[in-house]
Amino acid sequence: MAATKPALGASNYRLFKDRAARWGVSFGGVMVLVALLLIFFYLLYVIEPIFRGVEINHERSFASPASGEIVAMGVEEQSEIGYQFSADGELVFFALKAKKGTDWEPGKPLLRQQVTESTPTAFAQTQPQNNRYAYAVEGGAVRLVEPKFSSQFRDGELFITPKVGEVNAGELIQVDNEGKNLTKLAYEYDGESMLFAAQTADDRVIVNSIQASRNFLSGAVEMDSRFTELPITGAISELTVTPDLRQVLIRQNNRFWVYDVSRTGVVKERQLITVDARKFGEITSMQLLAGASSILFGHANGKVTQWFEVSGDDGRRYQFIRDFQAAETAITDIVAEYYRRTFYTISASGELGVFHTTSEAELYRGQPHDFAAERVVIDPRANTLMLLNDQGLHVFDLVNEHPEVTWSGLWQEVWYEGYPEPDYVWQSTSGSDDFEPKFSLVPISFGTIKAAAYAMLFAVPIGLAAAVYTAYFMSPGVRKVVKPTVEIMEALPTVILGFLAGLWLAPIVEHYLPGIIAVILLVPLAIVLFAFLTSHLPKSIRNSFTDGRAALILLPLVAFVGWFSFQMSPLIENWLFDGNVRRYLTNELGITFDQRNALVVGIAMGFAVIPTIFSIAEDAVFSVPKHLSNGSLALGATTWQTLTKVVLLTASPGIFSAVMMGLGRAVGETMIVLMATGNTPIMDWNIFEGMRTLSANIAVEMPESEVGSSHYRILFLAAFVLFVFTFAFNTVAELVRQRLREKYSSM
Amino acid sequence: MKQWFNSGKPWIWLTAGSVSISLIAVLGLLILIGWRGLSFFWPAQIHEMDVRANDGSISTIIGEVYETETIPIERLRESGVALDDFNEPTLERWLIKVGNREYVPLDFSWVLQPQIVSDETPADLAVFERSKDGNFYGYVVDVLEDGVSVANQGNIRDVLQQRIERAVELNEQASDLQDSEIGAINYQLNQLRLERRALELAGNLTPAEEDRIAAAEEQLREDYQVLEEQLFALREKASRDQVQVRDMRGEIVTLPMYRMLAVHFPNDMGFFAKLGHFFVQIGKFVSDDPREANTEGGVFPAIFGTVFMVLLMSVIVTPFGVVAAIYLHEYAGKNTVTRLIRIAVINLAGVPSIVYGVFGLGFFVYMVGGSLDQIFYPEALPSPTFGTPGVMWAAITLAILTLPVVIVSTEEGLSRIPSTLREGSLALGATKAETLWRIIIPMASPAIMTGLILAVARAAGEVAPLMLVGVVKSAPMLPVDGNFPYFHLDRKFMHLGFHIYDVGFQSPNVEAARPLVYATSFLLVTIIVGLNLTAIGVRNHLREKYRSLEH
Repeated sequence: MAATKPALGASNYRLFKDRAARWGVSFGGVMVLVALLLIFFYLLYVIEPIFRGVEINHERSFASPASGEIVAMGVEEQSEIGYQFSADGELVFFALKAKKGTDWEPGKPLLRQQVTESTPTAFAQTQPQNNRYAYAVEGGAVRLVEPKFSSQFRDGELFITPKVGEVNAGELIQVDNEGKNLTKLAYEYDGESMLFAAQTADDRVIVNSIQASRNFLSGAVEMDSRFTELPITGAISELTVTPDLRQVLIRQNNRFWVYDVSRTGVVKERQLITVDARKFGEITSMQLLAGASSILFGHANGKVTQWFEVSGDDGRRYQFIRDFQAAETAITDIVAEYYRRTFYTISASGELGVFHTTSEAELYRGQPHDFAAERVVIDPRANTLMLLNDQGLHVFDLVNEHPEVTWSGLWQEVWYEGYPEPDYVWQSTSGSDDFEPKFSLVPISFGTIKAAAYAMLFAVPIGLAAAVYTAYFMSPGVRKVVKPTVEIMEALPTVILGFLAGLWLAPIVEHYLPGIIAVILLVPLAIVLFAFLTSHLPKSIRNSFTDGRAALILLPLVAFVGWFSFQMSPLIENWLFDGNVRRYLTNELGITFDQRNALVVGIAMGFAVIPTIFSIAEDAVFSVPKHLSNGSLALGATTWQTLTKVVLLTASPGIFSAVMMGLGRAVGETMIVLMATGNTPIMDWNIFEGMRTLSANIAVEMPESEVGSSHYRILFLAAFVLFVFTFAFNTVAELVRQRLREKYSSM
Repeated sequence: MKQWFNSGKPWIWLTAGSVSISLIAVLGLLILIGWRGLSFFWPAQIHEMDVRANDGSISTIIGEVYETETIPIERLRESGVALDDFNEPTLERWLIKVGNREYVPLDFSWVLQPQIVSDETPADLAVFERSKDGNFYGYVVDVLEDGVSVANQGNIRDVLQQRIERAVELNEQASDLQDSEIGAINYQLNQLRLERRALELAGNLTPAEEDRIAAAEEQLREDYQVLEEQLFALREKASRDQVQVRDMRGEIVTLPMYRMLAVHFPNDMGFFAKLGHFFVQIGKFVSDDPREANTEGGVFPAIFGTVFMVLLMSVIVTPFGVVAAIYLHEYAGKNTVTRLIRIAVINLAGVPSIVYGVFGLGFFVYMVGGSLDQIFYPEALPSPTFGTPGVMWAAITLAILTLPVVIVSTEEGLSRIPSTLREGSLALGATKAETLWRIIIPMASPAIMTGLILAVARAAGEVAPLMLVGVVKSAPMLPVDGNFPYFHLDRKFMHLGFHIYDVGFQSPNVEAARPLVYATSFLLVTIIVGLNLTAIGVRNHLREKYRSLEH
């Protein structure tokens, strides 16, 4: 059909129209390909950022505004103002960058305030999200301070002013009852309650739990202090308290104590670990991770180890979980992010490391912009990194969007906080900020495979057998009616199948379980028995039972056996299972039974897949050239022999492609699994339990995931996995079918 | 016997059996949906039963039998049900819908058949349909106007009927007023707000403009006051009447008339009266708005949303599908690109629909829609106009989803047109484009029609992608209304398929909503099976036509 040259009366205009049509139509045709590629690449485009590492870009450097030794630093949420606490009790706020409408320039001090009257003896800071700081002063008392920021809009611009927030109305809090100086301090608060742990100058280790209660009548807050001395001798290295005020953690070189603090302030030793120095190395630093469930130890050999509590026979005990090679020299400091499980390490050689515990990801190692690091701090949104060394302060732009996702974390077992062992878990969201997201695609991929497998178990035998019969044995008149009837089912909305499966079939399966099993056993038996009986009928009657109409003759039989099985169900239940199958399954066999389970999904999705398999397989069998089967029959083979040895073999690629197409449909089906299972991401082949599939997971979680978050991108990844799955199935099936078509046309 | 097995006969019968199973599954499913869906509209008998409870006390229950099931008696014994003189292995259990939601703890209750002492269906039992709290069952005692009785035993049903009709009429006027005129004022006020914001952003908000907008707003507010007074007056009028009903506890309850939608006495209806009621109920189902969090009332907005979205989709998918099919069949050579396009078509048909939803949400809604908002609707930001799921994105997403259906069907139609026709046209001097436009496409139009019908059927039943790109459980406004520009493609919409999912699985009272879900399913299945049968019919007709042409 090459372009033709119109001979007569062909004006340029007509030729132009012809050419334009050719281009337009070709463009339209290619658009189909473009659409598919667009879907493919768009999905990739959304997924790609989750596998990126950390980018640390140098923004600016300036001299450190505070004088003397710096004990803590911080950055406010907009990354416009930083602050430093010095060892002699001064708090300095300074601008991090120049700002229009102000006289700010990088490093310019905005507010300088001496927090303590005398030189402090010790310093402590809370977990970053609590953002409070404590100076111990002479006589075992503590001054609390909180950097605060007030913001206001002027001319559509946000202006932030820093101020020093007073805690406890600026009053000192007496921590040591004996009035000794504190040399080491740890502090946390929760509402108006506080927990202090400290070591005094005379080497006592003390815990002071201060409970606040509000007087009903006067409304005044009363402080109720509970003081405990711990039986630890000698100088300790570090101590810390958890933000829930329930634990005090103390490290003395490689010995590590865990003390429980009860709600009323009673302190009890829970656990003492001696961290094996030969195995892990000398401990050089310690830090609680975000969420305060894990403790990180930095070691002299450059390793960082993560420890958290695991339930065992003797209660919850801290235990070694995993380690990271953060540097080659001793880890001097570990900084935890505000909300995520990312942490930053600094080694003695000034090397910076960025890691994420859950995903076991090494995100960064090295000296950013060749600055050796002494101390770093991260802003609450983890967009800015401030680094301190002897040359001054250096501000970096930090791009670390998706540290919690790694390829291995998605597909391998991960030991999540609080879990007894490494596991595959999908749990994307929770109400609390401290939540550790668990993104393992394994349980939901397993659910997809499980649902598809049970559906195929049901659909393949019925679909293929029906296709073979319809194409090979059925009389043409009946076939003309039967084929479209079965194919109509393909058009039925799956939401209706899912609704019936969830609200109609699931209760039936639950109540008539013996009946369902009886149907599966009895129907084939009854058919064979019926066939046997008809073969013994006199020939005159038998002729009316030809193969061509067997399907219609069997209709009432199958319906009756089905009805009979359900009628018998309560009796079978009484007779075999003491009248309650569910209890029998749970108690006697130890099988969990969910109402919406894989059996229901298998049946419902099986019915959704049968027409796909039926239709394609039927076409394949029907289009086997007639001379092949006629030849076989002429050589004396029976119809069944001809079918199995000649027709099915010839059509087998088509049948394969039918099964592939069916599988593709079962894998991607959403509504049926969404409605007919409990959508719990469990990994178990038990037919009486539910599952959560990739597609249902997307449908459930996509509407509530934040755009651009790791969760959002992982859901796109799930969609991409589905896309690739079905793409492979469909392409293989289509190629096989095309080859088959060519083969037949040559026969 | 062994010989018989070797002959393969049993296997042949087994394959036949699987055809029977498939047929029973299809037909059974259709019958089940049809039966359950339609029986919802048929007025059920109202039973008045005396039921003996476990402790021997007897209570009266009025309601309709909702469901029956047979259960082994063992299961009940364990839960401590007293059944002294009953020794069958199984018994029947009835689920009774007792309604009267505000007076009883649960509007459904299970009754064991042996515990029923007496069971009657008195002719005087009335069923009230209400706009709130569901049905009410009981005996009508009196009708009150401003607290004074206006009926006697002889004319009470007629009086009640008239008063209900009056209340319904007034309520309709009130809701018309609210939807059309008050709705229009709210819409215009919002438009003015956006106009002011747009001027502000462009730096053109002169005092003159400001005054003009403020004056228009003031005018609208005044109009609003007038309408609001009318609305209150209507509501006042509607709340004049009351009806007194004796419920199953034997107490007389006074119910406001303005909550009533209809009353009927099913136990006193003949067959034809029931038939009439049946059709009236069907009519209400397809034309009414949903009530009570979608668990009652009709599905009109869902039907409207489905049809509107599908029409929009058809407008998009038809040209693309037809052009692609023409390319594949008339222009494409036998080369790799063609092969790739064919694989793309097959894959577009096979990719799970939820993937289209994800793509539509990410690409169309957030990327394209977000950009459109930046360029054309900056005054509405940060609240999105097109950067949020809506009917247009749903239509485009489904257009991609149904593209292969149109392509495959159109191509099949093209391949049935004998090539002699093309050659004849070309031989007479027509260009290829003219041949296509004048000869081929008109002849292929039934095939295109078939493809379009199948695409519409597919789109009407698809739910998973729509959940991401624009469907909501309850859309306050239809995508088409009387406010300029009349078609609001950015609005969210309701959809029959999603309605089934939502009401069946997300609703607070699944038990009460279940018949409605069956009815909605029946409606959807009817539409889709109807469309498919039409498509098959058109296709068969087409085949016959060209078979005769070939000879």
